Amino acid sequence: MDWRALGVSLWLGFGTVLVLVPFGLWLGHTLASRQFRGKGLLEALVAVPLVLPPTVLGFYLLVAFGARSPLGEAFEAIAGQALAFSFPGLLLASAVASLPFAVQPIQRGFEAIPVEVREAAACCGMPPWRRFARIEVPLAWPGILTAVVLTFAHTLGEFGVILMVGGNIPGETRTLSIAIYDRMQAFDDRGAGLMAAVLLAVALLALTLTTVLGRRVGPRRG
Amino acid sequence: MADRALTVTARQAAPIPLDVQFTCKPGEVLAIFGPSGSGKTTALRIIAGLYSPAHARVFCDGETWLDTSAGIMVAPHRRRVGFVFQDYALFPHLTAAGNVIAALGHRPRRERRARAHELLALVHLSDRHDRRPGVLSGGERQRVALARALARDPAVLLLDEPFAAVDRVVRRRLQEEIDEIRHVLDIPLVLVTHDFEDVVRLATHLLVLEHGRAVAQGPVENLTSRPDLAWLRDAIGLGSLFQATVIRVDSSRGLAELAFDGGTLVAPGHACGVGSRVRVRIPGREVILATTAPAGLSLHNVLQGTVTAVQFEEATDRAIVQLAVGGIRLLAEVTRDAVSQLGIVVGLPLHALIKSVSLEVLPTRGGHVT
Repeated sequence: MDWRALGVSLWLGFGTVLVLVPFGLWLGHTLASRQFRGKGLLEALVAVPLVLPPTVLGFYLLVAFGARSPLGEAFEAIAGQALAFSFPGLLLASAVASLPFAVQPIQRGFEAIPVEVREAAACCGMPPWRRFARIEVPLAWPGILTAVVLTFAHTLGEFGVILMVGGNIPGETRTLSIAIYDRMQAFDDRGAGLMAAVLLAVALLALTLTTVLGRRVGPRRG
Repeated sequence: MADRALTVTARQAAPIPLDVQFTCKPGEVLAIFGPSGSGKTTALRIIAGLYSPAHARVFCDGETWLDTSAGIMVAPHRRRVGFVFQDYALFPHLTAAGNVIAALGHRPRRERRARAHELLALVHLSDRHDRRPGVLSGGERQRVALARALARDPAVLLLDEPFAAVDRVVRRRLQEEIDEIRHVLDIPLVLVTHDFEDVVRLATHLLVLEHGRAVAQGPVENLTSRPDLAWLRDAIGLGSLFQATVIRVDSSRGLAELAFDGGTLVAPGHACGVGSRVRVRIPGREVILATTAPAGLSLHNVLQGTVTAVQFEEATDRAIVQLAVGGIRLLAEVTRDAVSQLGIVVGLPLHALIKSVSLEVLPTRGGHVT
């Protein structure tokens, strides 16, 4: 059992949720409540990671993270280390790969709020930020919760993108799913099996938690 | 007090054709009446700032809320509007009190809960403040929506088909409550409806919309007795509507005497206390015309008037005779034959005979029907 890999995986999962959910709230809310030019293209871009082979996504991210790219250069100037094959790089890559899992459920959650309810909130004198915090977020809560769980679970299971962008550095970029592959390559079936079971348990726990929390929210919406 | 009035002008060709201009003063109830798709709700949405047509101006309470020519557009949350939506649009995750508190953002935090309870008491929902909309009945939801609309101390109250989703008994009680509340508030009240009963019970002024155009507007009493508004007539039946005061109640005979600008009428005694204001509607087909005052009839109501217009209906072979009775206009629907037999022409003095039971008497302002 590779405890460090489990640690990297969990940190990556929590980190991606922390980075992605606020961004998803903003983007999902914008997509759900506004009409603008290029909205269709933006929605397609958000969905791209769903259909693109992870290796292709990983390839482009690696190019974008490289020392010769503006992003890679800027990161190196500030942090003093390369973005590629580092934990921050992994976090960013994982956020991009999980983008649709965060944005889409949140967008659907906001879209499910009747237009009149939003309008009523405005007519109650609530400024936009308060409508968002008091009315829209509580009503879109099931969608937001789904986004949190899917983002976390998808990050734990991500393999292709992580292998491309992060490599396999113990304690830094070696996640549990990479470690399982690693163990299998080394004919350590028992180690791989144990870690696979841990991932399965985490996934089950996350989904159970969603169901329970979703049910607690249910009657409040009555 | 003209500056506290609501004034709206809106014009555009598409996507929703509109051509309206109206004013509603404090204490007045303007009913916007018309078939569905006539732009009634759009008019309300323009006032609230939820819709902005190509050319429009909205003034309320001395402020300019919208002026497309000057590029002024005040956001909905900055307009002091109380809006009761058709489906109430309550916040499902908040309690009744929570819904009302949501609209109390302009008051100090410590006052909000007490004020919410006060408003819920005003709409007779004191025992329901901790319930969520999901467990409230239709009438109760409507009341929460009303309390929420009143919560922000609005400069204008807008009601979009407020009684569409409640049954007849609840509807009547709510109409009375709104009528009482509007006298307390003294702000303009705009009501969108397709039910003429709402108009008769609540409205002081009427705006009739057809395809976004105002086809008629003015005080309710004038409009409802105009025979040329075919559409309005189809909706309500031809008749006259006017204000009267109860001057005597004879409970032993079950009769009440009503004074109006043109004489007195006797109606069945369900009208309440002496001095109370009522609205009287006389359906055109219930009026009998005579050239001489009749004798030996079981009639209480014989009004004297002068013919001001005679209008023939091609389709039905009927005629509508307009009589000036004091300050009111009385409409009588008679056959073409009767017109020639009695020799009815403009200027002829006539007697109008009306059975007491044909009078529709509706209380206004705190009146009660038993």
